[in-house]
Amino acid sequence: MTKVGAPEKLIVNGKRLDGRKFDELRELKVKAGIIPNADGSAEVTLGETKVVAAVYGPREVLPRHLSEPDRAYLNVIYTMISFSTSERVRPGPSRRSVEISKVIKDALAPAIFLEKYPKTKIDVYLEVTNANAGTRTAAINAASVALADAGIEMRDLVASVAAGKADGELLLDLFEPEDNFGEADMPFAMMPRTKEITLLQMDGELSKDEIMRLVEMNTKACEQIYEAQKAALKEKFATEKEAVQETIENSEGDKQ
Amino acid sequence: MEKLYANDRDVVVPGELLAEGMEYLPAGKAFRDGEKIHASTIGIVSIKGRVLKVIPLAGKYMPKKGDAIIGRITNIGHSGWTLDVNSPYNADMNIGEATQEYIDLARTDMSKYFDIGEYVIAEVIAISEAKFIKISAKHRPYRKLKGGNIIEVSPTKIPRIIGKQGSMINLLKDMSGCDVVVGQNGWVWIKGTPEKESLVAKAIKTIEKESHKKGLTDKIKQMLSEVSK
Repeated sequence: MTKVGAPEKLIVNGKRLDGRKFDELRELKVKAGIIPNADGSAEVTLGETKVVAAVYGPREVLPRHLSEPDRAYLNVIYTMISFSTSERVRPGPSRRSVEISKVIKDALAPAIFLEKYPKTKIDVYLEVTNANAGTRTAAINAASVALADAGIEMRDLVASVAAGKADGELLLDLFEPEDNFGEADMPFAMMPRTKEITLLQMDGELSKDEIMRLVEMNTKACEQIYEAQKAALKEKFATEKEAVQETIENSEGDKQ
Repeated sequence: MEKLYANDRDVVVPGELLAEGMEYLPAGKAFRDGEKIHASTIGIVSIKGRVLKVIPLAGKYMPKKGDAIIGRITNIGHSGWTLDVNSPYNADMNIGEATQEYIDLARTDMSKYFDIGEYVIAEVIAISEAKFIKISAKHRPYRKLKGGNIIEVSPTKIPRIIGKQGSMINLLKDMSGCDVVVGQNGWVWIKGTPEKESLVAKAIKTIEKESHKKGLTDKIKQMLSEVSK
């Protein structure tokens, strides 16, 4: 079966269509604190894919019945902006975006100390401004940086990437043609400190051995992304260092 | 076995390894996972002997017992007031904690003491497991804040606005002649002539924005003296 618009080959002369090696990430940019009115925010660019994350909270839970007595309620909303793809996306929630929101929430929840914020709500808004495969993984990367930027207590940052198979080769970080016309796609998220996997999905057909190799490939890439996330956060807060010197000196008796 | 990975005054991110071994103790926003100690939030490490403390650089105000905070009355109940304290949780001030006077509920209207929308500087006296916050404005210097204006700053910048032993806050008060009250929850109350109020507000915003720069005190001094000439 051939699909309409599929390129003849996804691998040419041992290289991918965009010139990358099999286990090479697209160009990655992480920036923390881009939205002044949000409590925490971040932007992640992975090749042509771009996601903006905004975190609000912990704050009062509305509607009230969602409130949980022993932990925070985590609300994740993933949306694709209407101009993010070549075909216009109808604004508003869709079957796909609701499912991805749920999956991202489950990928982030184990990393957050939700029990430290009982009876509150943490809102995470994820906007895909440009889509070129791997939007859910880029969204997870942006969300975890934004959560850290908001000063929310976390066990670790969550790093995420997708790998898959196209033209019989195992490839890291698929871009659009590979995602659409390849054989398999495997989004993956982990907490690099403990190596706990918080998201593992798969679409397509892979052998057991291939899955193990892809997990290994993803793990390595996640560590690379983790470093970029840490660097982005440290860059934003580096200037605060001297201000805190005084904070430490005052921290015992800082009453007026 | 014992090993320290972080240096004093390092900027750390959530999950970052600070030290290994049971010899060290986590404090502030640090936590223990088995033998290891990690930071749980973006912050600065402070090492005092065996204690590793992470001081947060961002985040909402979380009430702590003994804090002096500014609250806004949002509701009057049967036996007390509910206040918004710029945190995820509301605070309750019981009638007995509001003033030293005896309030006869049968004949007095509670809004005479504190009405909706008014501001109070109060002390956090108790926090329950379920995060019910109790505050008190019974004793000095806690009181109702009449008139004036409220501005909001990041709670993590409050120590900088107060300064060493209150040096910065006293500078603001002395040079402007305004009455200034700082709440640990990030609200600052300023009262004076309208011009002076906006000047102090501007100075405080400058402190918040440029808290990392050197020579801040001189800059604030200059800002305040220029107008008073």
